[in-house]
Amino acid sequence: MAQVGRSAKPNDVTTYLIRRVAQAILMLVIVSMVTFSIFFVVPRLAGGSAENLAARYVGRTAGEEQIAQAAERLGFNDPLPVQYGRWVKAIVVGAEYDYGPGVEHCPAPCFGYSFLAQTPVWPDLVDRLPVTASLAVGAAIIWLLGGVSVGVISALRRGSFFDRAAMGVALSGVSLPIFFTGLLTLYLFSYTLRWTSPGASFTPFTANPAKWAYDLLLPWVTLAFLFAAAYARLTRAGMLETMGEDYVRTARAKGLPERVVVTKHGLRAALTPIVTIFGLDVGLLLGGAVLTETVYSLPGLGKYAIDAIGSNDLPRVMGVTMLAAFFVVIANLIVDLLYAVVDPRVRLN
Amino acid sequence: MTASHVAVTEVSRGTAPSPSFLELRDLRIHFPTDDGLVRAVDSVSFQLERGRTLGIVGESGSGKSVTSLGILGLHNRRNANVSGEIWLDGQELVGASPEQVRSLRGKKMAMIFQDPLSAMHPYYTVGNQIIEAYRVHNSVSKAVARRHAIDMLGRVGIPNPDKRVDDYPHQFSGGMRQRAMIAMALSCDPELLIADEPTTALDVTVQAQILDLMRDLQEDFNSALIIITHDLGVVAELADDILVMYAGRAVEYGSATAIFEQPQHPYTWGLLGSMPRIDRTRTERLVPIKGTPPSLINVPPGCAFHPRCRYTDRTNGACDTVVPELVALPGTHLTRCHLTAAQRSEAFDADVRPSLELR
Repeated sequence: MAQVGRSAKPNDVTTYLIRRVAQAILMLVIVSMVTFSIFFVVPRLAGGSAENLAARYVGRTAGEEQIAQAAERLGFNDPLPVQYGRWVKAIVVGAEYDYGPGVEHCPAPCFGYSFLAQTPVWPDLVDRLPVTASLAVGAAIIWLLGGVSVGVISALRRGSFFDRAAMGVALSGVSLPIFFTGLLTLYLFSYTLRWTSPGASFTPFTANPAKWAYDLLLPWVTLAFLFAAAYARLTRAGMLETMGEDYVRTARAKGLPERVVVTKHGLRAALTPIVTIFGLDVGLLLGGAVLTETVYSLPGLGKYAIDAIGSNDLPRVMGVTMLAAFFVVIANLIVDLLYAVVDPRVRLN
Repeated sequence: MTASHVAVTEVSRGTAPSPSFLELRDLRIHFPTDDGLVRAVDSVSFQLERGRTLGIVGESGSGKSVTSLGILGLHNRRNANVSGEIWLDGQELVGASPEQVRSLRGKKMAMIFQDPLSAMHPYYTVGNQIIEAYRVHNSVSKAVARRHAIDMLGRVGIPNPDKRVDDYPHQFSGGMRQRAMIAMALSCDPELLIADEPTTALDVTVQAQILDLMRDLQEDFNSALIIITHDLGVVAELADDILVMYAGRAVEYGSATAIFEQPQHPYTWGLLGSMPRIDRTRTERLVPIKGTPPSLINVPPGCAFHPRCRYTDRTNGACDTVVPELVALPGTHLTRCHLTAAQRSEAFDADVRPSLELR
């Protein structure tokens, strides 16, 4: 960021930062409203009553009277803004949930309370996040390095055997779904060759880094393959364009070694769209890699969401949704700020 | 591959090193394409000494830029066949290894490109780009290189160089950008400077400033200068010698005085006739050259210019069958035309001189 300070007035940069952060916060508020609406307003619009909503929170044998009581207790009869306000307030200061037999305290930040499991959602999310983050970050590093290198070499040797083979593999990478490649690699590398962990286990990085990496290796590679393919194609297209630019010819005319011409001049310019997509992809994955986590039975946010959906545990689904949305918004913010670092022409606007 | 093979055989023919600072001997640059062989440069030869300026003139696609990129070794050997000889200060470049040519590039020979906005990297400050050019060939610290960059920006007439050095190319005006480009090219004191249409992208008022600047700098550095342009006004300002190119070949080569006062080739006449001049009466029309430059894949047989030439009927059909040789005229003047000296002088006096009449 030192560069930013030097070229534009520090004031402008601060203003830009504040404006972007404010926009991100506003975005989060809107997302929370949309999420709230999906879970509490849309069912109403579709003709559901407060009792229909409440029926999900009581036992199967509950009578109409109990359901009506539950609806009242959970505040489903209050005006929607009040309900929304209560939900937001819970996130900020926590809440008390009355589940009938007793009252359960849900400390802030309270992203809902699972009546099914009788636990608040937030601690679960905090538990699950390291798994998903480990998976996403590890895979992201592999696919970024792999995809970009393959794309660069393909572009420099356009039409060569390497280029054609790599682009063929990339096409299959984009086309093959993870539940196919995932099961295939599990069968091959874990069960037949016994090179990798058979999944279903996660060791925290802090406990044993080697075991952590060993357990995640196969999910990383499989997930990275899917993304690397897209990145290779994107990088190749970008490099083909930038290597034909006049400024690359200028770099050569200066007598720079070809390696410097390619990386510092060609790749640097081709990297802008890749940085954008990369930020968004990682943000999206942090909300849970549903298929990968399911195939490898990793206890991450994606698996948590799927399990919650399967058991109709709405507060949990809502909690994951909010967290995933939060990551996407943050990723967008970071990408925007990175853009200003990567491309100096953005800074003045 | 074939390119390097050709290069090796050409060199192994073993001609003597050139006594000139820069000499091109029979340079050919051909690009094999799916549509056929593009003869972008076909047998071009010239010499240039330090402190002298050569203007290479011609329409778009005449091979001017390809020639200059060939001197710098900037053609990709995978898709360009380069043959002939390029002697720079006693060293032959066509047969030299890419690494040898790279070490000369930017240091001994440098290039100023046409459009400085696209020719400078948008993501790096002007200063960083000059520092980079300087540090490839000089092992100095960044701080030293930065002082040098500021010094260079000052020398090419950029105000507040110590502040502008941290600006990006898009923060410069067109003329200032071209000055920065020149500063970058001159940063390693090159002995050969090639300027490819250095003023084409600039305002007319700025053009004159840039031309003045280049003339001054050439005197300071005593470098050999090649100016590539389609604008005869530019070469009239700067050039000692002029090479007129058409369809990849030299059609006329001589001193600037000779080319401007006794042009010998009908194509040169056409270029002179189509040049706007302040000293000509306004009622006269400019005389454009009819037709368009030929495709370099299907170069017309015989003299490549014959489909556009007014005098083809005077040579008994030689024009569209026989490729004319470069013929030496008195002085160091060369021209590639089938017309006899008498025919040329008659045609020039009858058709061309009146429209060029000076003052």
